[in-house]
Amino acid sequence: MSDPTTDVKGARPDEQITTDPTDPSQRMRMQTPMMTVAPWVIAILILMFLPLVFTNNSALTIMNQMSITIIFALAYNMLLGQGGMLSFGHAVYAGVGGFACMHIMNMSDFFASFPLVILPLFGGLFGMGLALIVGSFSTRSAGTVFAMISLGVGELIAASSVIVVAFFGGEEGVSGDRTYAQPFFGVEFLQQIEVYYLTAAWVIVSALLMFLWSRTPVGRMANAVRDNPERAEFLGYSARWVRFYSFVASGFFAGIAGGLFAINYEILTEENLNTTSSGVILLVTFLGGVGFFFGPIIGAVVFTLVQTVLSLQTELWAFYAGSLFLATVMFFPGGLAGLIMMHVPVFKLGKAGHLVMPYLKTLIPAAIGILGLAALVEMTFHFRHAATGDNEMTLFWTTFDTHSLLPWLIAGAVTIIGLGIARATAPDLKEAWNEANMAGGGA
Amino acid sequence: MDLILVNLIDGLVTGLLLFMLSAGLTLIFSMMGVLNFAHASFYMLGAYFAYQISLALGFWMGLLIAPLIVGVIGAGVERYGLRRVHQYGHVPELIFTFGLALLIEELVQFIWGKNQMAYNVPEVLDFTAFAISGNSIPAFKVFMIFVSVAIFIGLLFVLTKTRVGMIIQAALSYPRTVEALGHNVPLIFMGVFGVGTALAGVAGVIAGPVLGTFPGMAFVLGSIVFVTIVIGGLGSLWGALVASLLIGWITTFAKSYNIEMESILNAIGISTPENLSDNPLRDFWALTSPQIADILPYILMVLILIFRPQGLFGKRDS
Repeated sequence: MSDPTTDVKGARPDEQITTDPTDPSQRMRMQTPMMTVAPWVIAILILMFLPLVFTNNSALTIMNQMSITIIFALAYNMLLGQGGMLSFGHAVYAGVGGFACMHIMNMSDFFASFPLVILPLFGGLFGMGLALIVGSFSTRSAGTVFAMISLGVGELIAASSVIVVAFFGGEEGVSGDRTYAQPFFGVEFLQQIEVYYLTAAWVIVSALLMFLWSRTPVGRMANAVRDNPERAEFLGYSARWVRFYSFVASGFFAGIAGGLFAINYEILTEENLNTTSSGVILLVTFLGGVGFFFGPIIGAVVFTLVQTVLSLQTELWAFYAGSLFLATVMFFPGGLAGLIMMHVPVFKLGKAGHLVMPYLKTLIPAAIGILGLAALVEMTFHFRHAATGDNEMTLFWTTFDTHSLLPWLIAGAVTIIGLGIARATAPDLKEAWNEANMAGGGA
Repeated sequence: MDLILVNLIDGLVTGLLLFMLSAGLTLIFSMMGVLNFAHASFYMLGAYFAYQISLALGFWMGLLIAPLIVGVIGAGVERYGLRRVHQYGHVPELIFTFGLALLIEELVQFIWGKNQMAYNVPEVLDFTAFAISGNSIPAFKVFMIFVSVAIFIGLLFVLTKTRVGMIIQAALSYPRTVEALGHNVPLIFMGVFGVGTALAGVAGVIAGPVLGTFPGMAFVLGSIVFVTIVIGGLGSLWGALVASLLIGWITTFAKSYNIEMESILNAIGISTPENLSDNPLRDFWALTSPQIADILPYILMVLILIFRPQGLFGKRDS
């Protein structure tokens, strides 16, 4: 077949995600019922007991944010990972779901007639409604055209948020009060901890539903359409309708995330709709890994931690997050989940022990080197942007003068030595890795 | 009538500026099949480098050197970043350029801070070229028009009349054949990427003094550039030109004429509902054209993608 759009390296423009580093047959392997249920039971237990470990309010806030991001990222991965559709405007569906929930909260008579617990469902329905409209034309093709339409629609709705004041509340957004709803078995959701359990329950329910969706024929066909739309069409499935179903389902769960956002923060603004939010969710999902169902969960947890912890420490957290993201795209396209799953064969061969020492030898110096590099970056930033006369800065629990030479020398030396050792030991690690992945033989 | 002329000139300046960005982007797309999300970031880098150089050596050296630096950086990004990601497929490539755009914005904030730079029009060009019934047209705008038109003609000449241009065009359509003929196709691609980003750099150098040099400047123009090449047809140079001018004029005219939705709806026979302030559609009735000027390109793009997915001049049906 002569394909004029084939480019030099043989990849077709409509070719979808090929980032999954493992063999597809691996994911399809038979699992015992125990193996399928166990992760969910563990997840439920963790979510139940986390507030007992981290009791203060700021930790609860972080965990709530994490839960909302998890649902949103999983919904996003229904498109990106499972359906191979790259969306640059997915925040819109979560945002519209959230705004709809906000308006329901403000309709006091209606809102008082049902418990708060089911409010996110309305968000989901509104997100789904919007996805139905947009999906009807945007899912005709995947790849670049889909990405561009998603960007256009996203920008359009984000921009109209300042124009359509009646729905989006203009600059100041829409706010409400969750406590007007009917108490749910006596719980009025006045406290953060009650909201936490509400969010956690929704996380489990939505994640389970999304997981089951990925196991339905439609979910399986989404994978097929991602990998080879032409072949899926020959099997008698309409690639367009399969994409449409994935898109609508994804919009529904994104809307649920928006509804939970509305309950948790009680305010929604233009920020929930704009391209930055859409970009963040892409970052989260890709960081976690698009090839596996649990990837976005890891991504959401790690990103939220990085965001909250690092942004307290440094002004440059977005810079570090951006670097981390680029490094992931370039070197680990499978994301964190891909990295974890790379080690499964090693464990199966019972050779994980052989990797511990080489890992320590390479990763510890590398980590120290990267910290040194970060110190250099921070010092440069302080040197350029601190007020004149303010020469002192505190970094890694030491206070020093950024205008003297010594700290620079130390940070530079740490960086060079750390990265140098990591570079020198990398071949050994590679060898150990190959050794560990080899079945039989070896010591 | 005079106002129309002034708006035509203003729209032309905006349109040609957009064209300088979209020309490079559309060339890069036809070559690699991937949209470079970071393209507007190179435009921003051009402005910042030119500002830094103009502090030491003056505006003209900035105009000369900054695009070169940007082009070299662009070529480096292609060589060490994109080429590596290419093996994973197109979606990771898009994501890579998206991440790069974020990173460059952070980097610029890191080096130059968040405030707008004092990058100004050079004194030689800081005068009024001519005036149309009281509306003065600054000389710098005329200069911008000349630079952009010169670049367009130069680009067209190189691509269609020279040997290098022929090889590039051939490499875009039949890379394997060109490679078999003994040309270094990856090098050509790197070169085209470098030139495309350098063009964006030129746009940054001459737009910086007018539109402001600040960390958000890439974001402001970034998505509009995509819209432009999608409307014009991905990979089409003429399409990029037509779409750029179209967007330039549409937004300029929408901003300067205050057309209200109410009068349009009344004109086509729909009467204003009573109690407008209680009506759920009140915001729709109160719409004015300056309000929606910035989102008109997006509306246009969505319509184009629905009804003519290959764009106005596009040949490739994605």
